[in-house]
Amino acid sequence: MKKKLKIDDNIFRLIIILVVFLLIAGITKGNSFLKVSIFQTMGRQMAEYGLMAVGCGICMISGGIDLSCVYVANLCGISAALLMQKNENAILPAILLAIVIGAACGAFNGFLISYLRIPPMLATLGSYQLFQGISVVISNGSTVSGAPEKYTDFGMKTVAGIPAAFLVFVLIIIIMSVVMGKTKFGARVFLVGTNAKCATFAGIKNKSIIIKTYMISGIVSGCAGLLSLARINSAKADFGTSYTMQCILIAVLGGVNPNGGFGTIPGIAIAVLILQVLSSYLNTFPDVSNYYRDCIWGIALIGVLILNHVINKKKSDKLAKMGS
Amino acid sequence: MENILSVKGIKKSFGGVHALKGVDLTIRKGETHCLAGENGCGKSTIIKVISGFYKPDGGTIEVDGRDYPVMTPADAIKAGVQVIYQDFSIFPNLTVIENLAFNQVLANGKKFVNKKEFRKIAEEAVAKINFNVDMDALVETLPVADKQLIAISRALLDNAKLIIMDEPTTALTKKEVKRLFEIIADLKKNGITILFVSHKLDEVFEISDSITILRSGENVISCPASEMTEEKFAYYMTGRHFDNQELADNKKRTYGEEVLSVENLSAPGFEDISFKLHKGEILGVTGQLGSGRTELSLSLFGLNRPTAGRIMVEGKEAKLTDVSKAEELGIALVPEDRLTEGLFLPQSIIKNITVTRFDALAGRLGFIREDSLVEESAKWVKELGVATKNHEFPVQTLSGGNQQKVVLAKWLANNPKILILNGPTVGVDIGAKYDIHKLLHKLAADGMAIIVVSDDTAEVIATCDSAIVMHDGRITGILEKEDLTEAKLAEAAI
Repeated sequence: MKKKLKIDDNIFRLIIILVVFLLIAGITKGNSFLKVSIFQTMGRQMAEYGLMAVGCGICMISGGIDLSCVYVANLCGISAALLMQKNENAILPAILLAIVIGAACGAFNGFLISYLRIPPMLATLGSYQLFQGISVVISNGSTVSGAPEKYTDFGMKTVAGIPAAFLVFVLIIIIMSVVMGKTKFGARVFLVGTNAKCATFAGIKNKSIIIKTYMISGIVSGCAGLLSLARINSAKADFGTSYTMQCILIAVLGGVNPNGGFGTIPGIAIAVLILQVLSSYLNTFPDVSNYYRDCIWGIALIGVLILNHVINKKKSDKLAKMGS
Repeated sequence: MENILSVKGIKKSFGGVHALKGVDLTIRKGETHCLAGENGCGKSTIIKVISGFYKPDGGTIEVDGRDYPVMTPADAIKAGVQVIYQDFSIFPNLTVIENLAFNQVLANGKKFVNKKEFRKIAEEAVAKINFNVDMDALVETLPVADKQLIAISRALLDNAKLIIMDEPTTALTKKEVKRLFEIIADLKKNGITILFVSHKLDEVFEISDSITILRSGENVISCPASEMTEEKFAYYMTGRHFDNQELADNKKRTYGEEVLSVENLSAPGFEDISFKLHKGEILGVTGQLGSGRTELSLSLFGLNRPTAGRIMVEGKEAKLTDVSKAEELGIALVPEDRLTEGLFLPQSIIKNITVTRFDALAGRLGFIREDSLVEESAKWVKELGVATKNHEFPVQTLSGGNQQKVVLAKWLANNPKILILNGPTVGVDIGAKYDIHKLLHKLAADGMAIIVVSDDTAEVIATCDSAIVMHDGRITGILEKEDLTEAKLAEAAI
């Protein structure tokens, strides 16, 4: 076997889409779009829902879905903010607390799905209500703010012009790419997502894999909650509710198969970039109201699903031809 | 005698693949004609051409003396050609009556339906083949064999002259096959021609008047069944010669020490099962569908928890609570249903083979090098002779036989001490079947203890040293070496 230097077809396609979008945006809105400040804002925003999309994406690879990412993020953000309100110096404990809560929420989802065999869509639909409810209770239904300056500074910090939040996103993307692509755990997640029954017969401990997968999703969402707390210096039980659909859109656009078993983390990362460019580009048109945005995302999601269907069909036809 | 069907020079390609490269098929009126060939030889394609489902790229079709330049499914039905597909194309959620009568009532263009009329049509239909069935039962609740007979009855209602049966015996028990053959003989008496598609030797010889064999989309031979022998049949189908003597000689083996002892084991599906298995022994477990053979194999692999009795592996009691426990003890299972239990169909051959090796190939932190997976998989692909151009291809692009080799490779890669195979050659063509049997003998000679769970008595006799026969969840016979014959197996199975 020759050493391969190939880039995944899907990732190649995504990079082309991204470049085309950037070119269109640059040419038509050169002055207002190609500004450092716009790119910095983009970097900060996308880090948050980008992380949730990664969480949701790995759950989809495992054959499920995680609809609770946003609410896990909010719960983590609120908990961390409350802790820091009480004690200005408890930044590190607050971060740890958020991550532990994220992991616990994920483990709870995983338990519902693997042990109680509740379909992932329903399990996380139910748990998101629960997590949101807990957030409302502990925050008394209001916005929690007043995190110490030392912490909120991080939200605006840049390293060589690059927002620190974006660097966190890149770091987690790299870690997750390695986990999913180079470890036995990652390999097993793909197989469980392909055929859970066959995975059982192959000696894979499905329950443990599923719980770990949702735990990772919870932790990554928790990180997203911490980033948004730093950026806007507040956390709220119903912050960013529209991100849920967006996360699914990103995962699918990034090449995650909604039936499970296929998808890559770099693919999801590039899809995040594409969506953020598109979103920021739309922002430069003051007359396109935010009301249209849902329509645009909806059309994009359905379009991507159709495109993936066509491409997959072509691919399998080609393989069938080569196989026989 | 005239010909009911005569097709000449049929060509059909899909994309760049030539499924049929000019096939001739001539069937005389009133005969039972067998169409045989390995998987992928073009059997199904030619049937679909005859029934008007596919439009051929070239060639002529003549049915009952009439030329059909273009054959549509409606033409085929009108001409009296009926196909009984493997899935029978019946509506599982409707009753027997509805399934039988619908076509005819619809064909008559009636807008309103009348229950009495339905019943009349349906009763007429089943009477033609002396088939007794509860007419009001939902079809999904009936056994496979009955569903098949419903499909046949329905074909007769449409005035079938030529009935094509696509591998009709695959899912049937011995008894049911016998009943089907009686019905076929009856149909023949009434002047109906049968085209019987199969690759099972014994059935082909039992039932057919003449035989046509295809290989890779081409005719190999057409001749009266009386001129065919078993060796020739296998040779024409595969283009290879098989040495069955070699397999038989291999059976004169001696066993090593005991590795598995099952003592009064009970679990859902079976009761009070005891047997011993030695190093280098191949033990058959046979019995009909529902005899508990599959449940027993699952219990030995940690997937069906025992309620009583115990399993001893190498002299120590084994608590098989899940698959990983069984794996640790060196037990491997090739499951019954390759497609849903054995393979990750859309994933690569590499992933499918190496799934059991992740732990062994990963470093201390759980990292796996891609190269080591590729190497491991390449080793097994070569060892077992899996025919593929690229190991990155999804395993679903392989033929049945090669898929089964991948399932075997997955478990052999883990170097098990006890290998359990449930239906090791179901849906596998003759060539691959021979390869797999030979492989089992080699593994046993190298000291592996093997259990072959199968309802194919010929397979049990060809591969096993001894066999236990199960019926209704209990052992009804244990046959050792010389006693292991077709007759004694049948006797023990009651």
